[in-house]
Amino acid sequence: MNLLDGLWGILDLLLVAVLLLLAMAAVLSSDRRRSMMLFIVFGLVLALVWARLHAPDIALAEAAIGAGLGGALLMATLRRDTHQQTDQFPQHPVVLWGAGVLVMVLGTMIAWGLFSVLPTVEQTWRKGAAVDAHLAFSGVSHPVTAVLLNFRAWDTLLELAVLLAAILGIRALGYVRSAYVTEAAFSQLAVWLVPLLILMAGYVLWAGAHSPGGAFQAGALLAGAGILLRLAGYSHAGLPTTRWLVRLGLVAGTGVFLLVGLGLLGWGQGFLHYPVAYAKWWILLIEMLATVSIGMTLTLAFMGGIPQKEAA
Amino acid sequence: MAGLSAINPQFLYVCAGIFLFAIGLWGTWLHAHYVRKIISLNVMGAGVFLTLIAVAYRGENLPPDPVPHALVLTGIVVAVSATALALVIIRRLEDATDE
Repeated sequence: MNLLDGLWGILDLLLVAVLLLLAMAAVLSSDRRRSMMLFIVFGLVLALVWARLHAPDIALAEAAIGAGLGGALLMATLRRDTHQQTDQFPQHPVVLWGAGVLVMVLGTMIAWGLFSVLPTVEQTWRKGAAVDAHLAFSGVSHPVTAVLLNFRAWDTLLELAVLLAAILGIRALGYVRSAYVTEAAFSQLAVWLVPLLILMAGYVLWAGAHSPGGAFQAGALLAGAGILLRLAGYSHAGLPTTRWLVRLGLVAGTGVFLLVGLGLLGWGQGFLHYPVAYAKWWILLIEMLATVSIGMTLTLAFMGGIPQKEAA
Repeated sequence: MAGLSAINPQFLYVCAGIFLFAIGLWGTWLHAHYVRKIISLNVMGAGVFLTLIAVAYRGENLPPDPVPHALVLTGIVVAVSATALALVIIRRLEDATDE
C-alpha cells in the first residue's frame, strides 16, 4: 500500500512538471507554430490529469474539444504564404520580469486565500451528497449527466445559447480566407473514418446516461468528422447545402431545449422540471439535438462561418 | 484534507492550477500578437478548471464531487466557442489589413 502511494506521488509530480513546462513553453516560445503545437500537447497532458483526478467526462471533452478542436481552430489561423511566424516581446526585459513577479505574487495571494477556505468546503458548499440523494429521480444514472441535464439544466441551456451566439457572430463576419489546403489523400481516410466517427458519436451520446460521455463529447466527434471532410475537399464538409437546413440545425439544440422547458412550464411542472417517469426520454431528445447543433457549430467555426465558394 | 502529508494530490494540483493561471495571465498581458494572447488566455482558463477539479477530488476511495465536473465541462465548451469567435475575428482582421 505504501509503495503504491509512493508511485502515485511520483506520477503526480511528473504529470504536474510536464504540464507546467508545456504551458510555460507554449506561452514563451517565439515561434507561433511551435506555440500552437505545444498548446495541443498541453491539452492532451491535461486530459491525462483529468483522468488521474477521477474526471473521465472532462478527460474525454478535453481531448476532443480542448486539444483536438481548439488545436484545429488555432492551426486554421496560420497563413499559407508566410513560413516563419515569430512573436518577439516588444517590452523591455525589466518589464517582462517585473510582470512575472507581479503575477506570481497574485498567484500566491489566490493560493493563500483558497487554502484558508478549503477546509470549510466539506461542510458548506459541497453539493455532491445532494446529487447522490436525488440521482434516482433524474432519469439517468451518471451523476455528471444528471447535473448537466436535470439539476442544473439552466446552465446547459445557456451554454448552448453561448455556442449559438458564437456561431452567429462568426457567420456575421462573412467570408474568411482559409489557411488550410485541401488534400486529396484525406478522402481515402475520410471514407472509413467518417462513418466510424459518426458511430462513435452515437455511442458516446447513449453512454452518457450511465457512464462518462454525453452531448458535448459526441458533438465534438461529429465536428471531427466535419473537419476531416472539409480537409478532404468537400466544400460543405458534409453539412446540408440548403441554407435553411443549416440554420435549423444550428438552432435545434437551444430551440428544443427551450421548447421542452416552456412546454413543461405550460404543463404545470415548472421550467425544465421533468416528470420523473419520462425524464430519461426528454434528456435523450435534448441531448440528441444538442449533439447535432454542437457538431455543426464547431465544424462551421473551423471553416470560418460561411462555406467558401470553390472554383474547382 | 487532514494535514498536508508527504504529497497531498489535492494540494499539488490546486497549486499547479493557480500557477497555470499566473503564467496565462502573464502571456495574455504581455504578448503583442492576438493569437498568442488567445493561447495564453486558454492556459489561464485551464488553470481555473484544474483548480476546480482538484477541489472536487476527494482522494482515491471517495467519489469526486460531480457539480464542479459539470461546471468545468460547461466551461470547456464555452471557452472553445469564445476562442473560435476570437480566432475568426483575427483571421478577418488579417485579411482586411492585407487588402
